[in-house]
Amino acid sequence: MAAQQLFSHTLPNGLTLLAERMDHVRSATMYFLIPGGFTYDPVDKLGTATLLAEMIVRGAGERDSKELALALDNLGTDRGESVGPFNLVLSAGTLARNLPAVLPFYADIVRRPHLPADELEPAQELALQDIQGLEDSPQEKVILELKKRYNPAPLNKTKYGTEDGVQAVTPEFLRAHYERHFRPAGAILSFAGNIDWPRLKAQVEDLFGDWSGAAPKPEPTGPHAPKSEHIPKDTQQTQIAIAYPSAPFGHQDYYAARGAVGVLSGGMSSRLFTEVREKRGLCYSVYATHDTTKDRAAILAYAGTRAEKAQETLDVTVAELRKLRDGIAADELDRVKAGLKTSLIMQQESTGSRAASMASDWFYLGRVRAVDEVQAAVDGLTPAGIADHLDRYPAKDLTVVTLGPTPLTVPDAG
Amino acid sequence: MPFHTHRLPNGLQVIAETIPSARSAAVGFFVKTGSRDETAAEAGVSHFLEHMVFKGTPRRTALDVNLDFDRIGANYNAYTSEENTVYYAAVLPEYLPPAVDILADILRPSLRDADFDTEKQVILEEIKMYEDQPGSTAWDKARRLHFADHPLGNTILGSTASVTDLTSTQMRDYFTRRYAAPNVVVAAAGNLDWPGFVDLITAKCGDWSPATVGRDHLRETAGAGGTHVLTKDGTAQEHVLLLAGGPPAESMLRYAAGVLAVAVGDESGSRLYWELVDPGRAESASCGPDHSQGCGMTVTSFSCDPEETAANLESVREILADVQKNNITAEELATAKNKIASRVVRASERPMGRMRAIAGAWVYLNEYTDPDTELARFDAVTLDSIRECLDRYPLDRATTVAYGPLAKLA
Repeated sequence: MAAQQLFSHTLPNGLTLLAERMDHVRSATMYFLIPGGFTYDPVDKLGTATLLAEMIVRGAGERDSKELALALDNLGTDRGESVGPFNLVLSAGTLARNLPAVLPFYADIVRRPHLPADELEPAQELALQDIQGLEDSPQEKVILELKKRYNPAPLNKTKYGTEDGVQAVTPEFLRAHYERHFRPAGAILSFAGNIDWPRLKAQVEDLFGDWSGAAPKPEPTGPHAPKSEHIPKDTQQTQIAIAYPSAPFGHQDYYAARGAVGVLSGGMSSRLFTEVREKRGLCYSVYATHDTTKDRAAILAYAGTRAEKAQETLDVTVAELRKLRDGIAADELDRVKAGLKTSLIMQQESTGSRAASMASDWFYLGRVRAVDEVQAAVDGLTPAGIADHLDRYPAKDLTVVTLGPTPLTVPDAG
Repeated sequence: MPFHTHRLPNGLQVIAETIPSARSAAVGFFVKTGSRDETAAEAGVSHFLEHMVFKGTPRRTALDVNLDFDRIGANYNAYTSEENTVYYAAVLPEYLPPAVDILADILRPSLRDADFDTEKQVILEEIKMYEDQPGSTAWDKARRLHFADHPLGNTILGSTASVTDLTSTQMRDYFTRRYAAPNVVVAAAGNLDWPGFVDLITAKCGDWSPATVGRDHLRETAGAGGTHVLTKDGTAQEHVLLLAGGPPAESMLRYAAGVLAVAVGDESGSRLYWELVDPGRAESASCGPDHSQGCGMTVTSFSCDPEETAANLESVREILADVQKNNITAEELATAKNKIASRVVRASERPMGRMRAIAGAWVYLNEYTDPDTELARFDAVTLDSIRECLDRYPLDRATTVAYGPLAKLA
């Protein structure tokens, strides 16, 4: 297999440009990470980042909202504006030959947005409906409610914010928030696809070279004071969400943590799926996932089931989380490795996956990991190494949030 | 790109597109059966059987099936629609033979009673899960009302009652009736060796039953029409669907219908977007084609604060009536085509995307189109062909269903 063609360049103003050239595709995808995620929302204006993501494309440069959308549509651009904990993310997928024409519009969006005052109210209406819609999506709601109770400030905020917070945002405040956060130092611009690096680099320098400033640092993390809770709701199913600490991105235990989660919830032969669903028929959906930021991480586990089976589902799920420490078989780990290898290789067939992955690497690690490096780390996992990791990060002090008709009892550690 | 096709003596179809530069290969077994092929007494059996296929064979227990897939690091799953049940895996090229071995084996399942009873509980959980998601329930109810007695209105999951009553004997009968070789298309795309692939399929599937399988009720229907308000207590938003007729999967008018739907109701930059979502009147609004064999739909939908429902519905009906009368504009046509061109190219860059595309074309039309041919067909859509589509399938003659907290619309 040909070596990866990876490029990076940090402009004097602090903007980092990343790219991977992929020879066999005709498309290109861009990810633009700007340090303005929801953790920066003021506590009395929760929902600011989401409003800014909605407003940022409502006119920029010389074009109003409709003209801008039309221009990007005509370039076949599939756009996305989303909000994570630390970054506001703009993404665009298009034909590689259209990319040079698309980029100036993104320079306008990021540097010269109109943020029209009279469109804030519609954006607020949308944000309020999204909050309302969560009531119709219990699976998403229970994970959000878990994160609110498990994570320390400011990670206990959500991208949705609150009704009061959304309504408290004024056009003047939104403009000021934009001015503080849309700054090149700390921003990451990542591309993957059929790109021409020298030309891309020159164009980015031309469009963003005279941008200046740095976004504020994130607020310090508060004390870890997790809280379990049952949230009553008249639903068919009880939603169960569990969290406990794990090793973050960049930590020496990171790959071991990923390996352990794979044993729990990799393919369909993994422990949670086998024990909770396949053997006992307790639920349709059950999984565990590794949720990480720069300096802290958690294992999040989920199951949804009818009320009369919910206690047994919680008991079996928790037992499996705890049982990990009793040891992992070599063939279990081999299956996890096989799955990770496939994901790594298939990621290289997707411009979107590569652009997102490079941006994430740079944000968390300050560098892009080559696929070979990740592969070597995965190959190096051993049952003994994961057992050592689990001694350091056992499934204990579980935070459990449930949503449904009746509360459950968290089983004692045996 | 090189395309290959082969028919086994028992009638099973094998197709593949070989892409030497790909890093992976995708394979899918498309069984031409789904909820539209069920009797009322066996409602939900197609989907339940899809689950049971993973429960093992004389050679493999249920756990063995999952273990064998995971050992080769396969990305595998299955899904059931109204008319297709699809089992697929994406793997690194060296693992294509074992992936085919597993898929071909599990498609002759043991259907053991103990597994049947356990899996029934999982299906009942899945039904309950969707009952807590009003957007999903609204869709099932709208289809039933629109299609009335047409089997395309059958829900994929069935009901709690129908699944509870289903027996393993009924499932075996259904399997024998529907899973014969002539009703299966095996499709692959990516980095694979065609002669070797044919040999594999021949060895694994050559002894499958050659029985003829048909499909009843292929008639087109314009739908029942009317406006239906279904009240569901405890929900937050109102979900509204307008189901109009549309070209069937075999019709060349599907390209015009696709372009029309993007202009009217793409997620952004469409008429519905500017009228409802941009001003914050609805959380989401969209329009999309839904093609089935012999019969199609164009589905317009939105979800919003219940109080805004009546006004939003009026606006949507005005847009649909305007498009029906005056067509979209030349500018809207050009923009929609530009959006679609980019999406066709990007979807074709992964073997899984190509596998699904070639299988879809073969299942419905016995034809192969490469991405450039698809692009050319979309590019050939004109205002006249959209007019023809609108005349044949009026956008403003719809079955309207509102599902949520409201008791009435005005």
